[in-house]
Amino acid sequence: MTVPRFWRRLKNLYRLIGTHCENCGEYYYPPRNICPGCRRTGHLVPFKFKGAGEVVTYTIIHSAGKDYAKHTPYILAIIKLEEGPRLTSQVICNHDDIHIGMKVKPAFRKLGEESEKGMIYYGTKFIPMEIKANK
Amino acid sequence: MSVGIVSYGAYIPRYRIKVEEIAKVWGDDARIISEGLMVFEKSVPDMDEDTITIAVEAANNAIKRAGIDAERIEAVYTGSESHPYAVKPTSTVVAEAIGTNTNLTAADFEFACKAGTAAIQACMGLVGSGMIDLGMAIGSDVAQGAPGDALEYTAAAGGVAYIIGKDDQAAELESTYSFTSDTPDFWRREGMAYPEHGGRFTGEPAYFKHVTCAANGLLEKIGTKPSDYDYAVFHQPNGKFPTRVAKMLGFSKEQIKPGLVVPRLGNTYSGSCMMGLAATLDIAKPGERIFVTSFGSGAGSDAFSINVTDKIDDIRNGAPSVEQLLANPIYLNYAEYAKHKGKIKF
Repeated sequence: MTVPRFWRRLKNLYRLIGTHCENCGEYYYPPRNICPGCRRTGHLVPFKFKGAGEVVTYTIIHSAGKDYAKHTPYILAIIKLEEGPRLTSQVICNHDDIHIGMKVKPAFRKLGEESEKGMIYYGTKFIPMEIKANK
Repeated sequence: MSVGIVSYGAYIPRYRIKVEEIAKVWGDDARIISEGLMVFEKSVPDMDEDTITIAVEAANNAIKRAGIDAERIEAVYTGSESHPYAVKPTSTVVAEAIGTNTNLTAADFEFACKAGTAAIQACMGLVGSGMIDLGMAIGSDVAQGAPGDALEYTAAAGGVAYIIGKDDQAAELESTYSFTSDTPDFWRREGMAYPEHGGRFTGEPAYFKHVTCAANGLLEKIGTKPSDYDYAVFHQPNGKFPTRVAKMLGFSKEQIKPGLVVPRLGNTYSGSCMMGLAATLDIAKPGERIFVTSFGSGAGSDAFSINVTDKIDDIRNGAPSVEQLLANPIYLNYAEYAKHKGKIKF
């Protein structure tokens, strides 16, 4: 990700800000410029998602690209936000605990970095809504 | 009009490493170290956590606890000795992440372990003078300790954020007093991964001198004595130093007990004293009084006299307590800890 591209998406990544169409009531994350349902009649406004959601499906990544190699194995999931949109994110939890339907909430984490001397990219990942006691 | 703490929030990563796990690697006697330092385990950041992510989580908890509108915050100051960037403020990321207005002043503070309390004092000045409505002061660190160094047993990760204002104070900051001198007890040169320290020199001429001078200075300034306080919190590089300095000043073990979190947490550097205060506010009742003295190597101490108000009961359960954040840790072995701390280079 280039610095300007990250900067343009910064609010969306940090605070889960997407868009809401005041015409049809649909919510979008990441944000859209035009409502695909309403087209010209749509009226999109910025919308901050609460962040509560649930795991729709997930996978555990054991073999990752160079930038994420040191994080393996990690959980990558599709999260359905309470308001409707779905997004792909890491879920930070014990691998034995992850399951479809798991309730999650946002956590502010490092998403990656350009290089040792480059920009650090921050944003939202997800953690379980309830922390389970260790056995 | 007085200035006080309107809200506060803490954050502690979930991972821990026990002293015996570190001692096993370096051939040290874990029992002697644990009992000597009064530290049994320390927090470790996740692979994707750093001073900024910890500061943001603490700041979000502070906002959540009292239901603060982030746009009212007009100053964000983050104290740390492990800012991820040498040039590029931690505080701008925090401000953006919590959703403040862009009409704000922000800066990063650095004064070893007391940068966070220096940030509180700066916010007190801005709020007290009427320049701003609310100010946020954060102490956050992912502390560094070189492999095999004595610091490795205590250098931990955590952060605390305080929102300072005039209205709706949960605790009044009655007065503050500082003591500062050029004392080279601990330092880290630009570009170096780990700090250096003066060993035993960090005790008498550094920690004990500065903490006692600031604490006695404040007691004298406002005409109070240790028995006037229900609780006391001192900077906690380990459990031994705050316990000893409390005794030297005339505070009891009972007074420091609620805020002495270091045995299960380690030293969170800029977050250390502020975490002790957060743990104390978690259990303090309206009308009670708290005495706080931080310490930062280099060296200096900031002392505060704090009066808890009725408002504390309204905000107490709005965010996780320090006790809740300490619960359910995930223990790491030394290899996992080394990976989490970036001690293994890829």
